[in-house]
Amino acid sequence: MQLDVKEVEELAKTLYIRALKLLPPDIKRGFERLVATETDATGRSVLDTMVKNVAVAERTNNLLCQDTGIPIYNVVIGRNVAFDGTAMKEAIRRGCERATREHPLRSSVVHPITRKNEQTSCGIGVPLINVDFDTREETVAIEMIPKGSGSENGSFLQMLIPADGVKAVKRYVIDRVIECGGRVCPPTIVGVGIGGTSDLCMHNAKVAATRPLGTTCSDPEGAKIEAELSEAVNALGIGPQGLGGCSTSFRVHVEVAATHITMNPVAVNIQCHSARRALATITPGGIDFQ
Amino acid sequence: MSTHHTLEMPIDEAQVRALRVGDTVTLEKRLFGIRDATLIHMFDHDRRTHMDLKGHAVIHTAPNVRKAASHPTNEPRYEPLCIGTTTSMRMERFTKPLMQREGVRIIIGKGGMGPATLDAFREMGGAYLAIVGGAAALETTWIDEIEDVDLDDLHPESLWQFRIHGFGPLLVTMDSHGNSLHRDVNESAAAKRAAVLASIGANE
Repeated sequence: MQLDVKEVEELAKTLYIRALKLLPPDIKRGFERLVATETDATGRSVLDTMVKNVAVAERTNNLLCQDTGIPIYNVVIGRNVAFDGTAMKEAIRRGCERATREHPLRSSVVHPITRKNEQTSCGIGVPLINVDFDTREETVAIEMIPKGSGSENGSFLQMLIPADGVKAVKRYVIDRVIECGGRVCPPTIVGVGIGGTSDLCMHNAKVAATRPLGTTCSDPEGAKIEAELSEAVNALGIGPQGLGGCSTSFRVHVEVAATHITMNPVAVNIQCHSARRALATITPGGIDFQ
Repeated sequence: MSTHHTLEMPIDEAQVRALRVGDTVTLEKRLFGIRDATLIHMFDHDRRTHMDLKGHAVIHTAPNVRKAASHPTNEPRYEPLCIGTTTSMRMERFTKPLMQREGVRIIIGKGGMGPATLDAFREMGGAYLAIVGGAAALETTWIDEIEDVDLDDLHPESLWQFRIHGFGPLLVTMDSHGNSLHRDVNESAAAKRAAVLASIGANE
């Protein structure tokens, strides 16, 4: 299969808008679970408003949240796909700009020093484009994540040492969730990276935060910590929007990477309740939106 | 016992001091949008606005808008597309000057604000109303039009003037009597910390 850059550009545009308007089904199911289990009256009323908002966004064909986020594209290329990588990345960037201009969307991206907004949702290094490979025949998957800033500001890295143990890793996560309180728009998905280098650890925290609900860490030790922390964060009573309740997080997700004998890094990256993602695959048969 | 208040904006000091944490509020008529860059320019760079914010409510926002094709006065004119709320805590150091210089009475946002804001509310008479962050599609249905815009070189972090109807109900979470639901929830989470850490074998 030859990857058509025009098709990639259109898809990059469409996926940005779809992601902002349609909440993924796993997150909707996550809300159903929390609504059924929340015991605090304020917490329940906040959850009801969030569920109502999802319906209003669908009915009015509007964005779920005003924050158009930092655009992230995850591209996974399968086997027997011919592509021009540079042209593909340029096409994604053009699609992202076009979504912003043509919808129009609020450009939330500025130069970090001058704070100038180019009104394109693009800038130096943005959109983020992560490219990976897998074994699917003649398939290219593109996932678009508009990462909201309220929760992205809930990002932390600590280079713990081996003597601190896994105990300190767990304590670090609990303390960051307490520190963030309602600022990160709970109920959240708490993404945790354990191990790796500093950058891999942080990247894994983002992978964890943006993983669908219902998936578990592929490493059994990581999965154990996931289960423990998921229960623990909801015992803190922070609740939806930090106004009290037991629905602080949908789930804590952990991703693990091997690390150095001297190191014990932990990273936290939080995803808000508007946990937006849009995914499509390109095959010789056409485009399929998931 | 919590009370519901319908407030026709603007309001005076007595009206804002009548609000108590746990009460609910619906706003009518007018609301102003403000956020990071707006406040940095207004107070750190001493930029002034032609808008009168006295007795009004501001919401921490930067909307998605569509620029209207043409306007007789060539002033920028926008239609609202999606208007929501951003995290308030970043704006903490601006509450006092916003109330002192501009006479703002109510701040609407998400996540709550800190001790400097609570002090300013107590001294001058103000309140914080929590809106549900991320519920922008719903919030947009309470906004009739964008009446005016200023400091638009900061777009989308301009100073926005919205005409609203039935904006709420919103929960009073910080009042002028020293109460803050945000502080209470945070303190209660901190108090539960040791037991939570012990439950996962992570105690100090």
